[in-house]
Amino acid sequence: MQLKHEPSPEQIKEKKIYAQMGLSDYEYSLIEKYLGRLPNYTETGLFSVMWSEHCSYKNSKPVLKKFPTDGPRVLQGPGEGAGVVDIGDNQAVVFKVESHNHPSAVEPYEGAATGVGGILRDVFSMGARPIAMLNSLRFGELDNPRVKYLFENVVAGIAGYGNRIGVPTVGGEIQFDPSYEDNPLVNAMCVGILNHDDLQKGQAHGTGNTVMYVGAKTGRDGIHGATFASEELTDDSEDKRPEVQAGDPFTEKLLMEACLEVVKSDALVGIQDMGAAGLTSSSAEMASKAGSGIEMNLDLVPQREEGMTPYEMMLSESQERMLLVVKKGREQEIIDIFKKYGLEAAAIGRVTDDKMLRLYHKGEVVAEVPVDALDKNAPVYHKPSKEPAYFHEFQKMDNTIPKVGNIEETLLRLLKQPTIASKEWVYKQFDYMAGTNTVVAPGSDAAVVRVRGTNKALAMTTDCNSRYIYLDPETGGKIAVSEAARNIVCSGAEPLALTDGLNFGSPENPEIFWQIEKTADGISEACRILNTPVVSGNVSLYNESRESAIYPTPIIGMVGLIKDTDHITTQEFKQSGDRIYLLGETKPEFGGSELQKLIHGKIFGKAPSIDLNQEAEYQRLVLKAIQEGLVASCHDISEGGLAVAVSESVMGAEGLGARIELSGNAVTELFSESQSRFIISVKEEHQEAFEQLVKDAKLIGRVTDEPVLNISVNGKMVVNLDVAAMKKAWKDAIPCLLK
Amino acid sequence: MKFAVITFPGTSCDVDMYHAIVDGLGEKAEYVRHDETDLDRFDAVVLPGGFAFGNYLRPGAIAKLCPVIDAVVKAAEAGKPVLGVSNGFQILLEAGLLPGAMLQNEALKFICDTVSIEVKNANTAFTNQYDEGEMIRLPIAHEDGNYYCDEKTLEELKENNQIVFTYHGGNPNGSVENIAGIINKKGNVLGMMPHPDRAVEELLGNTDGLKLFQSIVKQWRESNAVKA
Amino acid sequence: MYKVKVYVTLRKSVLDPHGNAVKKQMQMNGIDGIKDVRIGKYIELTFNKDTENLENKIKEVCENLLVNPVTEDYRYEIEECAAQ
Repeated sequence: MQLKHEPSPEQIKEKKIYAQMGLSDYEYSLIEKYLGRLPNYTETGLFSVMWSEHCSYKNSKPVLKKFPTDGPRVLQGPGEGAGVVDIGDNQAVVFKVESHNHPSAVEPYEGAATGVGGILRDVFSMGARPIAMLNSLRFGELDNPRVKYLFENVVAGIAGYGNRIGVPTVGGEIQFDPSYEDNPLVNAMCVGILNHDDLQKGQAHGTGNTVMYVGAKTGRDGIHGATFASEELTDDSEDKRPEVQAGDPFTEKLLMEACLEVVKSDALVGIQDMGAAGLTSSSAEMASKAGSGIEMNLDLVPQREEGMTPYEMMLSESQERMLLVVKKGREQEIIDIFKKYGLEAAAIGRVTDDKMLRLYHKGEVVAEVPVDALDKNAPVYHKPSKEPAYFHEFQKMDNTIPKVGNIEETLLRLLKQPTIASKEWVYKQFDYMAGTNTVVAPGSDAAVVRVRGTNKALAMTTDCNSRYIYLDPETGGKIAVSEAARNIVCSGAEPLALTDGLNFGSPENPEIFWQIEKTADGISEACRILNTPVVSGNVSLYNESRESAIYPTPIIGMVGLIKDTDHITTQEFKQSGDRIYLLGETKPEFGGSELQKLIHGKIFGKAPSIDLNQEAEYQRLVLKAIQEGLVASCHDISEGGLAVAVSESVMGAEGLGARIELSGNAVTELFSESQSRFIISVKEEHQEAFEQLVKDAKLIGRVTDEPVLNISVNGKMVVNLDVAAMKKAWKDAIPCLLK
Repeated sequence: MKFAVITFPGTSCDVDMYHAIVDGLGEKAEYVRHDETDLDRFDAVVLPGGFAFGNYLRPGAIAKLCPVIDAVVKAAEAGKPVLGVSNGFQILLEAGLLPGAMLQNEALKFICDTVSIEVKNANTAFTNQYDEGEMIRLPIAHEDGNYYCDEKTLEELKENNQIVFTYHGGNPNGSVENIAGIINKKGNVLGMMPHPDRAVEELLGNTDGLKLFQSIVKQWRESNAVKA
Repeated sequence: MYKVKVYVTLRKSVLDPHGNAVKKQMQMNGIDGIKDVRIGKYIELTFNKDTENLENKIKEVCENLLVNPVTEDYRYEIEECAAQ
């Protein structure tokens, strides 16, 4: 069982070669126990990738268990390629978010591109047609040339891959902060639709059924990608360039169309993407989930390079590949479908009943491992957790109001902050209209995509303010879910469920592990109160470099259902004379706010407070008002506070302005980031009905036909800005920084 | 009226085009694969947008060698309306059905936007429902929409009134003379970078492309009435 | 076996934004003497030793597929090499 040039099982043990593959002494001893002998080189490789955090969630499993994952509409929760939620009419929405942080830090274009490819395959392998993509990106500050390079190439990579598939990229969010300087975050989300009958699972049922390989050939690219994703970035990470895979969107498009035809065939038993850890994870997981085994003849694997070893074939992360289990005797039907799309399908093995993964190469058995040892029985760690000192300090601080000289100038400066500024430079590179279903394009609270052939539409968003989460992970986790749901509601949709992309530093650090735990507590509680279960997700740990971790960044990807396209609502003001309302209480809350960052250059103090029951009640009322046709525009108040929210509602409207009158402390009223707040405009004729339904809404102003934003506080005018000037500041900020 | 919507491996806006014709316009459409050879049963041929063969090598370069192109040429020679949108325009250029070539956008980036377009020639089989000089808004979504031709070809295009659409108030890709769409001398083959197929529905906020399809139908009805 | 090296370049009259961007950056980095940068494609074709009318075939594949004569020029070199 030992190949030439490969270390012997004894050498692997004595020289601790397993450690170079990312396995600990304890884990190696566990492998010995499971096998009852020393593992050979190939087998050690199988364990090393399957037991990486990326595949096994060994460090995060105890935390992930906290999430509510069930609900009356949930057809498939976490554990398969993507979550599946019923949307009526025998249809379901399928979605998941996935990170590609480490590959993007090393090779931003291909890293981001293959991230898009991977999440697409997760969705179409469920039998769903992808209808929209979103992304969530984090970079350092744009004054750094390396950051600019990463930013420009990540965006180009997402565009280069996504646009070629014909799936629109309809939304997303970007934040910039020094904590991401060496370790950018690239999370991509895909949303698809299927008919209930077409729902597929990645399971290898039926002893004797055939295991088939389809798609691109296997090369040496990406070997040990899953292990790489589970390590901290170091200066020599750039030397890891050969491990980054290159994407081929053309092949992906063909693979997608072919798979969506194959799922209609009853010859298909199961299908799974060969993602991280490639052939190893797809085969081991499909067998483990079904309680079966798989044996494969690696000589039959389509290979792009000569002389590949079993180790290389099993660990390759070549892109655009799928593993299928097909009813015995019906292989030709599947081969014919793929042939129509110019793709090869090859029978490479069969399903067994002995719960073993057995690999043959040149007539010999080269690996023989229990599938459950690789998958279900991977080690699970309960890491120590410790409250960081900074948290204690921040909690002791009072809410102080930052000193602001000129309010008007401050508003213009806020509009230029990259996190607030228009992201047009980014989304104009994405084909957000492909498929002609995009009703609300990027730039609004949530994107809205119509479900063709029905009166329904889906609202979708990605959200996460990691500053709040850094200051207070539990509160910040609640806010992340609440804000996502608020964005969904603002567009006229009922929030259905969410997918989470958990990006954190190293779990070996107890203070980081504390952040993970507390964030999960906050997310879980918000999920329960807002009725949005977690149906899929992804964990990316070890996002650290040069001694510092990123801000804890649990991206929330949420999908909502709009029952009637007439309910679709956007954030921009619609008509002169419409009444403008503020819903929600404004308190002096500046911890982690844009204003605090702008004035102090750093963040500190308490995160804004949140009352989840109040949040749920306001969301229910706003959705009801929208569904009753009382609302002209609706916008969530988030980064930059009320002044920025109103600015956005004005800048999106052609030729309109607004006159706003407030009372209280001007800085608090305009820039506080208190939660659970909405800016809503209402036609004059609906004023009474709206006020009766949403009793807490305060009338604060009116839409005008002059393109000027005019705000007074306590009768004194503090803002009087031409919308054109605001728009210029807001739109030019990012292109200017990139010059 | 029956439209052929031609698909190549990698074509992605076939769906946009199909629904524009069937749902937006209310006429018949059928997908036709790249390896088919007969388009006789159709009254019009449309090459939709997307990325035929991934746009590898050059947009349209590999697609032009497919069997269906011979049938498209035959349909064009027979005087049937042939419309190429975005990638379809690139393919018509590569196949020599229209003069000139397409370069990468000057800014070297993909651009997705809705832009102002001027109807320069309203006297064609594709624009008779617009007014001459009418300003319309149409979506664009491309990385290689920078139309190029030499001086002599440009003079010819102008002389024969073959420039049908131009960008107005900003050139998004660097094309010669702001060209957004051109027609052949005979007047039955139109190539354009903007997407009329993405502007036929009130729900999506734009119906400026509908008149282009209605023009095709009107012309076809009139010429059929003459024949009858 | 014959290895055919095909060089595809933009015609002189055609703007080369990639080349211009590279030139600008080189000048900003203080690299003297740079007058112009033009970026093209390099394509390798391998033909069997017994291929007849090799030159005609190369021209055909270049003119029908590899090169767009409206915007591009090309030249090629033929090398004899041993089979792998």
